[in-house]
Amino acid sequence: MRAVDGVDIRIGAGETVCVVGESGCGKTVTAMTVLKLIAMPPGKIVAGRILWRGRDLVPLDTDSMRKIRAREIGIVFQEPMTSLNPVFTVGEQIAEVLRLHEGLSRRAALDRATEMLRLVHIPNPQRRVHDYPHQFSGGMRQRVMIAMALACNPKLVIADEPTTALDVTIQAQILDLIAEMKERLGMAVMLITHAMGVVAEVAQRVVVMYAGKVVEEAPVGELFANPRHPYTQGLIRSIPRLDRAGAGKARLEAIPGTVPSLLAPPPGCRFAPRCRHATEACRAAEPPLREVAPGHKVACIL
Amino acid sequence: MAGSIPASATADGAPVPAAAAAQRPLVSPWAEAWRRFRKHRLAVVSAVILAFIILAVLFGPFIWTVPINEIDFRARLQGPSWDHPLGTDDLGQDLLARMLYGGRISLAVGFAAMLVAVLIGTTVGAVAGIASGPVDAALMWVTDLFLSLPELPLLLLVIYLFREPLRALVGPEMGIFILIVAVIGGFRWMPVARLVRAQFFSLREKEFVEAARALGASTPRLVVRHILPNALGPVIVAATIDIAAAIIAESTLSFLGLGFPPDVPTWGRLLYDAKDQLDYAPHWALFPGLAIFLTVLTINFVGDGLRDALDPRRVV
Repeated sequence: MRAVDGVDIRIGAGETVCVVGESGCGKTVTAMTVLKLIAMPPGKIVAGRILWRGRDLVPLDTDSMRKIRAREIGIVFQEPMTSLNPVFTVGEQIAEVLRLHEGLSRRAALDRATEMLRLVHIPNPQRRVHDYPHQFSGGMRQRVMIAMALACNPKLVIADEPTTALDVTIQAQILDLIAEMKERLGMAVMLITHAMGVVAEVAQRVVVMYAGKVVEEAPVGELFANPRHPYTQGLIRSIPRLDRAGAGKARLEAIPGTVPSLLAPPPGCRFAPRCRHATEACRAAEPPLREVAPGHKVACIL
Repeated sequence: MAGSIPASATADGAPVPAAAAAQRPLVSPWAEAWRRFRKHRLAVVSAVILAFIILAVLFGPFIWTVPINEIDFRARLQGPSWDHPLGTDDLGQDLLARMLYGGRISLAVGFAAMLVAVLIGTTVGAVAGIASGPVDAALMWVTDLFLSLPELPLLLLVIYLFREPLRALVGPEMGIFILIVAVIGGFRWMPVARLVRAQFFSLREKEFVEAARALGASTPRLVVRHILPNALGPVIVAATIDIAAAIIAESTLSFLGLGFPPDVPTWGRLLYDAKDQLDYAPHWALFPGLAIFLTVLTINFVGDGLRDALDPRRVV
């Protein structure tokens, strides 16, 4: 099964790129593959390259990969409640990353951990650094996870649905925090999400994925103003809006159907079975990704 | 569009009562375990009795300074008296002194054999649990193989085979100690290995392990720092029960006359010596038996308490 097929995403230094799509579109697999976190076997990179600052990561062995993780590319996962080791204090866990990658002493690493907690706005960091994960709320744990991901000043941070498990107000705080950290530390961010609102708020460029493929890629303003792919259009229409007339009465639009099984992908365009504009040509051949405007690519024949 | 997620005004400073957090005492996992352990009254009482037994065998011989091998034929097979609080054996040797001394060996064998079992079991279980695939299958075959061996006959065989060479090598007492510890430990690691393997299988899929890997931790580091500490609770419980089992096994071996040499009075050996005089001097067998019984029982209760204290799913 090809969970991800021919995905080509470029992220420039200091850029924020959002990857959006429904569950099961291959967003997380893409992110995990960049850091080669997919267990191999059973996972396998059949073809392609992961270019990081001119270097291909695909042939690298585990040891070299380990040096890239956290130090060059940090990652924040979606489940803050379970992503921290319950038997160590958060300070020890942040310090562990620093000791591993920067060879700091225990004392110095713990001091830096306190600094990191202060940076991500944990109140009272000197005291909290000695607390255990169960003493933190979900939002604060996600802050700790961000602190861990940022501890070694990576050039790129991959945030895999960092706000999915949190409630809405905390979500906004975490997004603000990521934006602030990006501003301060000058790193690039690859934000994986399925919330179009999040995309509008933080992204510079957006990559829309469907069933393991990129279907559209555009600067954020262009994407919302002029979505070309029917799937993107569907995603944008399905955002609840308060500013539209009769918003209280109209039904929220949805894209009918679900993501096809990647074990037996439909022939031709993978979105065709759910697409209202689909024609015979769509089912016959898979449309290639083509540039329709500067920086705006779409995989649709329409 | 920008308003679809309400931007919060409290971007800096999470809305958590910082003052309350500051007041709270530090609750480490061990402090929490101790709090839970204290609620198991039987376990606490057992821990006290067990501590008393351990202290008694450690320091008792310094207080009750009667030699263990002072033969006094005028005081053969006497019941408890002021001179001999636990009575005497058929050579008039003081039973209290012999039991204090023997307790040291019985407990030492118990703890050492437990350590051997836990060490082997944890290593095998951890390797199998993290490697999975063919390595896991092979190690589990070995584990099943050991589980299917009849323990006692094999113990006897091993001791017959290796007693003399080891005795020549490190002396009679040390030799038999090493042999018994190795044999008991070598036949008790399988449950620990299975336990650790099962724990590893569930723990290695946990998000925090994935997160640690994503932050650049190597596999050995993942095992030692992230998985093992989380798998330790059940291992500690199993280890406690193992001490009791090892003490019984040592007593069994000594009772069969295959343990320590006759002049070394372990609890099992005392029982063995006492069995012929059971009609005339029941106290001779009673006290060592009671010691074994009490030690094993209290260790099991302590293990029970630890199980409750260290099981995170249980609300106490």
